[in-house]
Amino acid sequence: MTWVNIIIQGILVGGLYALFAAGLSLIFGVMRLVNIAHGDLIVAVAYLAWVIVQVTGLHPLLSLILVVPTAMGFGYALQMGILNRTLGRDILPPLLVTFGLSVIIQNGLLSIFTADSRKLNAGTLEIASFTALPGVNIGYLPLLQFVVAIAVIMGLQYLFYRTALGRAFRATSDDSDTAQLMGLDRRRVFAWAMALCLGVVAIAGVFLGVRANFDPAIGPGRLIFGFEAVIIGGLGNLWGTLAGGVILGVAQAIGAHINPGWQVLAGHLVFLLVLAVRPRGLFPRMDG
Amino acid sequence: MSEMLLSVENLEAWYGDAKVLHGVSFELNKGEVLALIGANGAGKSTLLKCICGQLPKKTGRIAFKGEDIHKLVANDVVRKGIAMVPEGRRLFPSLSVEENLLLGGQVKRPGPWNLQAIYGLFPILKEKCDAPSTSLSGGQQQMVAIGRGLMSNPDLILLDELSLGLAPIVIKDIYALLPCIVGNGLTAILVEQDVTRALASAQQFLCVQEGRISLAGAPDAFTKDQVSAAYFGM
Repeated sequence: MTWVNIIIQGILVGGLYALFAAGLSLIFGVMRLVNIAHGDLIVAVAYLAWVIVQVTGLHPLLSLILVVPTAMGFGYALQMGILNRTLGRDILPPLLVTFGLSVIIQNGLLSIFTADSRKLNAGTLEIASFTALPGVNIGYLPLLQFVVAIAVIMGLQYLFYRTALGRAFRATSDDSDTAQLMGLDRRRVFAWAMALCLGVVAIAGVFLGVRANFDPAIGPGRLIFGFEAVIIGGLGNLWGTLAGGVILGVAQAIGAHINPGWQVLAGHLVFLLVLAVRPRGLFPRMDG
Repeated sequence: MSEMLLSVENLEAWYGDAKVLHGVSFELNKGEVLALIGANGAGKSTLLKCICGQLPKKTGRIAFKGEDIHKLVANDVVRKGIAMVPEGRRLFPSLSVEENLLLGGQVKRPGPWNLQAIYGLFPILKEKCDAPSTSLSGGQQQMVAIGRGLMSNPDLILLDELSLGLAPIVIKDIYALLPCIVGNGLTAILVEQDVTRALASAQQFLCVQEGRISLAGAPDAFTKDQVSAAYFGM
């Protein structure tokens, strides 16, 4: 039963990794931008939530009502103000600019909040659990996190394939010059994509902050987990991204059980294995 | 009474440092079809790209319904009522047939064209509305491209190389429908390699040679030899 428990806990953590990855995948899909600052944005949002919780006394999960729109507005402005200027035929400028952004966010957080680690306190929800099977206890918080991850992916999937905005995303991703001929302003389409990405980042950041301690330096690590989930699942496939997150989570849980020092290593090894055997990921998009 | 829709004055355009158009001027009346003929590389497609806002590096004046549009970018030009059916069709591969058409209607200008009207014109597209646009034959893809252009209910439609890469019988079918497309007062500029077909479909023509207009007027005002001479620059 121990192994069942480990795998279930791994699956639930995988939901968080899928949340890290979904925004990354979305941005790469729409504008071929690899956002090096993605992990730092997640951490920055966790701090934003922390400030809101301190000031308003809201429950961290309720703070999402304020955190999500704020993050989306920031994403829109970031794309319109900075990132759109870097996008062109050369993929290097956006890479360098988001790398710079990553450094700025880390140091900005460090100077405002110091290197002390913080945590979002979700009260009794953090320890509440139920017994699913004898010896298998499932925490409400990890379960909620996993359900939210599925809901986010379903929502993105719906938006991409059933709405006019999703159509605009796909058309701009296919051929942005021709999309312009249809009246789509690619700068605005990209800005909406970044706003959406930051909305997902906001949810990921709050769950990150509730689950564990965070400090200004942990962003790049979250970026790696996000990347690994995207690559394992296959680029451009949102359900694949969820599967990638789950595989990463389970690998880490198994590694941690064997030896606590192997938690992160086990995830990296599975990622390397997938990359070596199936370089396009386990569930690549058919037309990709 | 003919009303002027488009007026191009002394248009010069560049790709990087290479000058492609050297002072092109012409006028187009509402409801007319203008054929743009000329050899490969003469500047026909460039002229269309200037009008629809895809080529930023240009000087001169492009007036559409009396308004200077030469500084507008493509996504603003389409809102003014100019639709482009680009060379090579350029459908969006990850969108279905219907989604491609809907995207053309994104700008929501009022007018006769909507999904039903497009399906009325090209019934085969209704059967294939959920198919990926890449799964269609070349002729069907061209129908989607034309339909996508019409969906914005333009006042002027730019048709770039409609027959490129299509079988002769398919080309014939598409040209047979041209009167239905431009029938209700729509103005069109037609770029075409097949000179005879282009001239037969148009009320006016321009022959472009090395970035300059070498001959212009009504197709029946000139002999075949005069057109050939202008076409080849003899």
